[in-house]
Amino acid sequence: MKINVNGKSHTINVSANPTLLEVLREQLELTGTKYGCGEAACGACRVMMDGTAVPACITPAVSAQGKDITTIEGLEKNGKLHPVQEAFLEEDVFQCAYCASGMIVSAVALLERNASPSREEIIEAMNGNICRCCTYPQIMAAIEKAKTSKA
Amino acid sequence: MPLENPTSNMKNDFSGNSRRAFLKQVGLGLGTFVLYSDLIAFPSDQRKIEEEDSIASFIHVAEDGHITAYSGKTEVGQNIRTSLAQVVAEELRVPFEMVDMVLADTKLTPYDRGTTGSRTTPQMSLTLRKAAATLREMLKEEASDSWQIGKTSLSLEGGAIAHPSNGKRLTYAELANGKRLFEPYRDNVELTPVNEWKIAGTSVPKARGRDYVTGKHKYVSDLSLPNMQYGKILRPPVYGAKLKSLDISQVKSMEGVQVVRNGDFVGVTAPDATTASQALALLDASWDSKEHVSRKNLFDHLVKHANLSEKELEFEALNGFEDRLEQEFHIDYISHVPLETRVGVAEWDDDELTVWTGTQKPFGVQEDLCNEFSISKAKVRVITPDTGSGYGGKHTAEAGVEAAKLAKGVEKPVKVQWTREEEFKWAYFRPAGVIQVKSALESNGNLGAWQFHNFNSGGSGMQTPYRVKEKQEKYHRSDTPLRQGSYRALASTANVFAIESQMTDLAYYLKEDSLAFRLRHLDDPRMKDVLIAAAEKFHWENKLPQGRGKGLGCGYVKGGYVATFAEVAFDKESQKVVVKRLVTAFECGAIIHPKHLKSQVVGCVLQGLGGALFEAVDFEDGKINNASLSTYRVPKFSDIPEVEVVLLNRKDLDPAGAGEAPILGVAPAIRNAILDASGKRINRLPMIPDGKV
Ligand code: FES
Ligand code: FES
Repeated sequence: MKINVNGKSHTINVSANPTLLEVLREQLELTGTKYGCGEAACGACRVMMDGTAVPACITPAVSAQGKDITTIEGLEKNGKLHPVQEAFLEEDVFQCAYCASGMIVSAVALLERNASPSREEIIEAMNGNICRCCTYPQIMAAIEKAKTSKA
Repeated sequence: MPLENPTSNMKNDFSGNSRRAFLKQVGLGLGTFVLYSDLIAFPSDQRKIEEEDSIASFIHVAEDGHITAYSGKTEVGQNIRTSLAQVVAEELRVPFEMVDMVLADTKLTPYDRGTTGSRTTPQMSLTLRKAAATLREMLKEEASDSWQIGKTSLSLEGGAIAHPSNGKRLTYAELANGKRLFEPYRDNVELTPVNEWKIAGTSVPKARGRDYVTGKHKYVSDLSLPNMQYGKILRPPVYGAKLKSLDISQVKSMEGVQVVRNGDFVGVTAPDATTASQALALLDASWDSKEHVSRKNLFDHLVKHANLSEKELEFEALNGFEDRLEQEFHIDYISHVPLETRVGVAEWDDDELTVWTGTQKPFGVQEDLCNEFSISKAKVRVITPDTGSGYGGKHTAEAGVEAAKLAKGVEKPVKVQWTREEEFKWAYFRPAGVIQVKSALESNGNLGAWQFHNFNSGGSGMQTPYRVKEKQEKYHRSDTPLRQGSYRALASTANVFAIESQMTDLAYYLKEDSLAFRLRHLDDPRMKDVLIAAAEKFHWENKLPQGRGKGLGCGYVKGGYVATFAEVAFDKESQKVVVKRLVTAFECGAIIHPKHLKSQVVGCVLQGLGGALFEAVDFEDGKINNASLSTYRVPKFSDIPEVEVVLLNRKDLDPAGAGEAPILGVAPAIRNAILDASGKRINRLPMIPDGKV
C-alpha cells in the first residue's frame, strides 16, 4: 500500500494491520512522532491528516490511504523552521520535550484553521495534549507568539 | 534505521579503549603542570590519581578548540545539559556554544551515583566549575611560562589567552594541544564570583533546542539497530502471581516470532512491534496468585503493619495542655507517568553488552546488568540519551535488563518499550502514607508541643521549620502493598502538607492571620523571605469576594525554599472547587538560568496540582484499576490556573537544585484556601478527585 507523508509517497507493509504510528516510526523512520499512551489520551503521537491533528496511535495505517499526512519532520521547509516551531524555540518552552512534536503539530493544525484563536479556543484545541513536565504556560505563550507573528 | 550516532557521544570515544580503564593507567608528576599525550613513556612509579578527580574526567579541549565536558548525570528535562555547559563556559570564558556536554554514558563519563536528590546543581555543577576553573588557571600558567610574564597580566577571551602588549594570542586548543589533562582539579581554585557571571546567570537558549522542535532528537524509544527485534514481556495478571503453566503453541507458527523463557521470565520478540504485541496476546499462561491488600483498606493496613511499639507513640510533652489539635492525614499512592515510558535497547557483541535506556541511574543499571549476567563492568556499557522525563520514577533498570535478556536469548539486538499500561502497573509509585500530628498551644499562643508520626510515606521534610518547645518527629516503615520508590521531593510533599495544614488550623483556632502565625514561629530568614515575597505578589492582605478563599503553604528541602499562595473559588450549591491562582516564591541560592529555573518552578507547582487534587492509584486485589491515561488523570491545559512565580536570587549562596522543592507548597496552599472558602478541612491527598469538597 502507498501513503503520502510530508509530500512524498511511500510504500508500506500493512500485513499485520499496524497503526499509522507504528508505520511512521518503524517503517518510515519518522521517529519525531511519539508513543505516549496508545489510546488517544496524550497527544504525543499527533500528526496532521488532511490538515487535522489526529492521534496516529489509534489510526490504522490503512485508513491513511489517499490522505495527506504531515508529521513534525514535514514542518521545516528548506532548512527553515515553521513559524510555530520558531515560536516554540524562541520561547524555550520545553523541559524533557517528549511532548514537543505532538504539541507543535496540534498548534500548527489549530492556527491553520483559526489564525487568531482566543485563549479558550487554544485550551480547547490543545487539551488532548499532555505535557507531563507541565510546561503548559510556556506552550500557551509560544502559541500566542506564533499567532501574532503570523498575523 | 541505522543507529546514526545515537548520542553523538561516539566521536568522543578516544582510542576505542575504555576511557576509564585508560585513565587508571596514568601516573602524575606532583605539583607540576603537565599535559600528557604519551602515556606509555610516563614513569609508572609515580602516584596514581583518582580518575574521578582528574580534569580529563570532566573536560577535554580538542585540537580544533571544541570543548567537551562530561558528567554521569542524566538529562530528563531539568535542562542540565544547558546549565552545566553554562558554568563550564563561564569558568573558561568561552561562548556557551563552544561547550558540548556528554552526559550519562558509563564508558565516557565519570562514575555518578545518579540524577537524584537535587544534587546535580550543588555537587556536579560545583565540580565542573572547579575543573573548568583549574583548567583555565593551568592554561594561564602555561601561557605565562611560555611568554615569561606574570599570570595576572593575561586576559582571557573566547577560548584564547591574550598577551598584554604584543597582541599575541594562544588558544586553549594550542595550549592543550588536544591532549588530556590528568591532574586533579584543585579544590580551592578561585571560582568566578556570581556577581561577575556573564554566561551563567543568564537565560541562554536550551542546548540542542532545535532538535526538539524538529523531532530530530533521538530518545531511546527512537533508536533502532540493524536487525533489531521488538520485545514484549509476559506479565502476571496480578502482583506476585507465579507462572503455573505456559502454552506457546499458537505463536510457534508466526513468522519471525521467538519466545524466550527463563523461569518466570517470559518474553517474545518479532521483527516489528505490531507482531510482537500480537504474539504476546497469544501466549496462553496460567498463574497462581495470593491475597492482596486493596486501596479501601490501605490506611488501616499501613498503621497496623508499621514497625513500632505502642510506646513510641507516647509523647509526654503534650500532656497538661488545654489547647490541643490532633489530626490524621491520608496520602494515596501516585504514579510518575513520565511521558516517555521505560525503554531499553540492548545489543550483545560476544560477551560485551551495550544497553541504551532512559534512566536516572545509568551506573546503577550497569551494576544491575553485571549482576544479572555475572559479567564485569568493563563488559557493560550503558548509555542514556536525553530522556523523556523521570521525576524520580526512573531510578531502576527494568526495561534495559529485559531487553538484554531477550537480546541474549534471540542473539539479536532487542528493543523493549513499555506500554503505558505496563508503566502504570510495573513501575513503582510514590509511597502512600498516614501522618498523625498532635500539637499543643501555650496560653500565650506559642507552639508548646509538636508530635509528628509518618507511617510508610517517608521521613524527608518531616522536621517542622517552626519554633516549638518540645517536639517528637518519627517515621515508621510499614508493609507497602504496592511497589514504592522515589518521587520528586519524596515524602516531603506529604509531610509538608500535614505540617502546613496543621499550622493553618492552629492559626484559625487562635483567630490569628495564618501568615503572621507562621512568621512569628520562624527563625530561618530564607523561609521568611519566600513567605513575604509570595505574600506581596499575591496581595495576601486583600479581602476576597464571597465564594473565594485563600491559603498558603511553605517548606524547604535540599537547599530550596518555597512558599505558595493559592486562591480558590468555591460554589456552595455544587460544592465544586476551582483553583484560580497560584503564586509561588522560590529561592535556591544563586540562579544559573532564570528562565529554566522559572520553568522548573512552574512545572513542579503544576505537577503538584495533580497530586494535590486528583491523582491517585486505585488498586484492588493485586490489580491496578486505573492503569491508563484516560482513567488516571494528570493535569491538562484546562486544569491550569493563573500561575505566577517570584524568583529570589541569592548571589551570596551556592546554587542548589530546583526540580523538587517547588512542589511542596501547592497542596497545603490549596487545602488551606479550600478551608477559607468552604470551612472544610480536607486532610487527604488527593483532596478533590471529583472536583468537589
Ligand atoms: S500515543 Fe496517541 S494519543 Fe497518546
Ligand atoms: S516537556 Fe516533558 S512532557 Fe512536555
